[in-house]
Amino acid sequence: MSDAGMLDIINNFLATKGIYSLVLILLFLGLYGMITSNNYMKKMMAMNVMQVAVIFFYLCFAQKEGGMIPILDGITTDPALYINPLPHALMLTAIVVSLGTTGVAIALLMRIKETYGSVEEDEVLRRADK
Amino acid sequence: MSQHFPVLIVLLPLSAALLSPFFSYLHRQAGKWIAILSLVGAFLCSVGLLLQVVANGGEAIHYWMGDWMPPLGIEFVVDPINGVIVTMITFVALCSAIYSTPFLKKNNWLYMGGYYTLMALLCVGLSGMTLTGDAFNLYVYLEIASLSGYGLIALGGNKGTLAAFRYLLIGTIAASLYLLALGFMYSMTGSLNMADLSVLLQDKMDSPLIIMSIALLIAAFGIKAALFPFHGWQPDAYTYSHPGAAPLISGVMSKVPAYAMLRFFFYLFGAQHLFVQHGLTVVGILGALGIILGSVMAIAQDDFRRMLAYSSVAQIGYIGVGLAIGSFYGLIGAVLHIINHAFMKGSLFMVIGGVRYRFGEVSISKLGQIGKKMPFTVFTLVVAALAMIGIPPTGGFFSKWYIMLGAMQTEQYIYVAVLVISSLLNAIYFFRVLENVFINPDPGLKELNPPTGKLELPLQMLIPIVVFGIAILALGFCNEMIVDGIIKLGLPEVFVR
Amino acid sequence: MTITDIRPFLAVGVSLLAAFLIMFSGKKPNVREFWSVAAAFIKAALIFSMVPAVLAGNVFEYTLFQVTDTIGFTLRTDAAGMVFACVSSFLYIPVSFYAIGYMRGHHEKEQTGFYAAFAVCLSAAIGIALSANLLTFFIFYELLTVATWPLVFHERNEEARFSGRKYLIYTLVSGQLMLAGIVAIYVMAGTLDFQAGGFLTADMAPTWVLQLLFFLMVLGGAVKAGVMPLHGWLPSAMVAPTPVSALLHAVAVVKAGAFCVLRLIGFVFGPALLAEIGAATVLAWFAAFTIIAASLIAMKQDNLKRRLAFSTVGQLSYVVLGAALLAPLSILGAYYHIVAHALMKITLFMCAGAIIVTAHKDNISDMHGIGKKMPITMACYTIASLGIAGMPFVIGFISKWNLGLGALQVGQPLYIAILIASALLSLSYLMPVTYLAFFKPNEKGEFKTYGEANKFMLIPICVTAALSVILGIMPNFGPHLYDLASMAAQSITQGWIGGGW
Repeated sequence: MSDAGMLDIINNFLATKGIYSLVLILLFLGLYGMITSNNYMKKMMAMNVMQVAVIFFYLCFAQKEGGMIPILDGITTDPALYINPLPHALMLTAIVVSLGTTGVAIALLMRIKETYGSVEEDEVLRRADK
Repeated sequence: MSQHFPVLIVLLPLSAALLSPFFSYLHRQAGKWIAILSLVGAFLCSVGLLLQVVANGGEAIHYWMGDWMPPLGIEFVVDPINGVIVTMITFVALCSAIYSTPFLKKNNWLYMGGYYTLMALLCVGLSGMTLTGDAFNLYVYLEIASLSGYGLIALGGNKGTLAAFRYLLIGTIAASLYLLALGFMYSMTGSLNMADLSVLLQDKMDSPLIIMSIALLIAAFGIKAALFPFHGWQPDAYTYSHPGAAPLISGVMSKVPAYAMLRFFFYLFGAQHLFVQHGLTVVGILGALGIILGSVMAIAQDDFRRMLAYSSVAQIGYIGVGLAIGSFYGLIGAVLHIINHAFMKGSLFMVIGGVRYRFGEVSISKLGQIGKKMPFTVFTLVVAALAMIGIPPTGGFFSKWYIMLGAMQTEQYIYVAVLVISSLLNAIYFFRVLENVFINPDPGLKELNPPTGKLELPLQMLIPIVVFGIAILALGFCNEMIVDGIIKLGLPEVFVR
Repeated sequence: MTITDIRPFLAVGVSLLAAFLIMFSGKKPNVREFWSVAAAFIKAALIFSMVPAVLAGNVFEYTLFQVTDTIGFTLRTDAAGMVFACVSSFLYIPVSFYAIGYMRGHHEKEQTGFYAAFAVCLSAAIGIALSANLLTFFIFYELLTVATWPLVFHERNEEARFSGRKYLIYTLVSGQLMLAGIVAIYVMAGTLDFQAGGFLTADMAPTWVLQLLFFLMVLGGAVKAGVMPLHGWLPSAMVAPTPVSALLHAVAVVKAGAFCVLRLIGFVFGPALLAEIGAATVLAWFAAFTIIAASLIAMKQDNLKRRLAFSTVGQLSYVVLGAALLAPLSILGAYYHIVAHALMKITLFMCAGAIIVTAHKDNISDMHGIGKKMPITMACYTIASLGIAGMPFVIGFISKWNLGLGALQVGQPLYIAILIASALLSLSYLMPVTYLAFFKPNEKGEFKTYGEANKFMLIPICVTAALSVILGIMPNFGPHLYDLASMAAQSITQGWIGGGW
């Protein structure tokens, strides 16, 4: 296969699926972090990364080539020229929810730290068993 | 007025949740009463709604938020099945709200207000999840229910905080997975309304995106419902949650995702599609494994609450098996078990909460001769334990009967075997409890909260306990009314078999 | 003719109601025991009031509510059910008097729970007798299982705990297997209503499936009826107080098991189908083995109650054998043996209990010369023992005679040999007690003076012993139980013209 062909494939891939691959990588990074990290704080941050990946996913599929921001300017009336605003609106809700979750998580973490004096998982579990 | 019942079920507790801390500040008891009254209102609304639906002959009632037409607007849909489930949710929430009052008598206004805010919010989230006809709206209510659930679990004490945090991590994964699945479906159809989705998806059911969605939905609702092997968070969470909220958390919180799963697979996708059937088979296998392993784990526990938590893993398995059988009777059994289990598990947590309130004891081996001091509580304990095993004429028997009937009719004998084995395993750990209660000598427990009058527990605790005990019997005797009069009206048109 | 009448439910409900009242009057022993006795009388009156109409060929039926979407919670008084219902409701009266005497005389603890569980057991027994379909039957059957458990662990010591466990393991396992069988039958036949002559037919499923189902279902009955090798729980349950043993072994639990086998054979599978698939023969072998083996084991027991328990194991297999022979007369004999054995064994157990309370003796080897102290009790004991062995003019003879004739009807005289052998064996394990009691001097010098059991215990013993003799001479005395049994057998094996005794 020629170099040009290869480039085409790569370009094509990046243009169509590239961003989704990145979202996927981000999602799994988040999950990986949540599973492997020993520190509750890090787990929580990884959780946020995972949530952001999902948000990105929605924003990505809302895009379309040549679409403009969905504000009615009085000139363009063809809905096909606007990008879909609904996923953005949904993701605003999701962001609020994730903020709320993070808030609760931090509150719980503070209490855990107060009680057990640590946010390292094995340490906390050891002290909790006592 | 009555046309606003669907939204009032959610709106009343929601406003009460917001007002509760404020009123608690004005007067320590006021916030509690606001919350309880709102739950009474929600319960009455849901009963009214259920009667309305049944009177319509099962025709679903649609409520459009702000009069925006679906598929653009958000709607609440009440069909017989979610009508009866939402009635169950509000009733259990009301009973646990009343039940939890004695636990809070020493706490300050902020704690009181916060507690009832969370309680009302949990009810909002769960009823919203059940009622909504909009898939993204379901996510929002799922998170409302989860966040208030984390709070109530964390209120249970130091270990509760830890359990809540761990549940929060895994619960968030579940919510994100649900959101991903929804993203796939939305990107294919451009709609979020469930009724609309079900029409638009019909010719896309063999696309890989749908397969992904089904897998993600199983994982997401599986985690939320504590379906084996996603149940890791659940024993700690149930064990260490606030004793007043435990009946609601254990009885209802994990059942609503199971209902959501039923709704997606049977109403939204339709069970005639091959991949939905494969998905249901997976749910059935996981359910069957959960039934066996949950029961075995429950036998090994000495902490009553932890035993109940593992038994919940098994009970969710029944619902999964009922769904997987996917026939007429299998689904009836699954829905009936959602209702039955809420009452059985709720009452058992109320019983152990009552014992804990009075004696501060939760281990099974120290319950000897407790019937002498708490006869009514032990009455409910016996009834609920027999129902969990599936001894007729309690409610638990009949959900097993319908599930078994479904399995036998569709010749899935492995599920019959699983049900028989699990009944026997249930019998081992529940008769062990009864044996301890009736045979063991009195361990001489110290009275933490000795009864003031003639009653064994404060009236606010005793009434819900007894009501639940009677409800389990009533569910058994009246199961035909529920099945024929309500559930059969709302079953999907297409079954797996 | 079918009469819609709620009386069957009243008969079941009255002792359930009594159980509640008993629970609430735990602090007042007299009130509590009044409820127990009153329930016994009302129940018996209700049941017996239905006998004339049933004898005339009518059936009382009532559906209280739908128990599932297609199956009703229905009770029906057919002749077969009435036999069992009459026996258990009638014997409830002497046992409840006896229980008062025994429990007070023995200063038992936890009497309230005892009386309540007792009342629930009787309700369940009547429900089992009168159920019109398998699901209603199963509901009462499981209720009986659960309600008997507190009676078994009554003593609340380690031994009682293990007996309770053993009892639960046997009964719950068989109960769940039976449930699976019931569901399968429902799926196959589309109905669960009992029908004389059976409602299953050979074209519903392959033979091996029907055979498997038969054994799944009969297991449930055989466990409660103590057919070997499933009898393990029965002797262990002996730790319970004697009125319980009397109830367990003579009236409610074991009879419910035997009755279950009869119901299954006569009203679910039907003799015709069973003869075709050949499953009943295996059951008959087991029953015959049990009859002999249990008698042999009984001979070695020194504890009187244990000896009687093994005798029960053997005697109940008569009923199972009679049912499994599928002959009209053997089925008649089986139904009548429910009556006969109930009367005789309740007498024997009440005698054993009277000895325990009055003389504080459990073991036969300590009973030398006890006849001097308790002549009436021991005389009643002797009558009942002779009946168990099948002496003419005692009730046991009539049922055994019919069983034997039934064996001839199907051309299996081997079973007659077994019946005779078992009669001799039961003489050899029951009569020595009489001999010791009356003719052996006591080495320790006990029992010199007359000291009968108190009247609460003595009168029930005399009543049941007298009835065993009266019914032995006039099998139709009172509620025409022989006719009822004969009607039941006739309805099961249609087209058969009467005979027998």
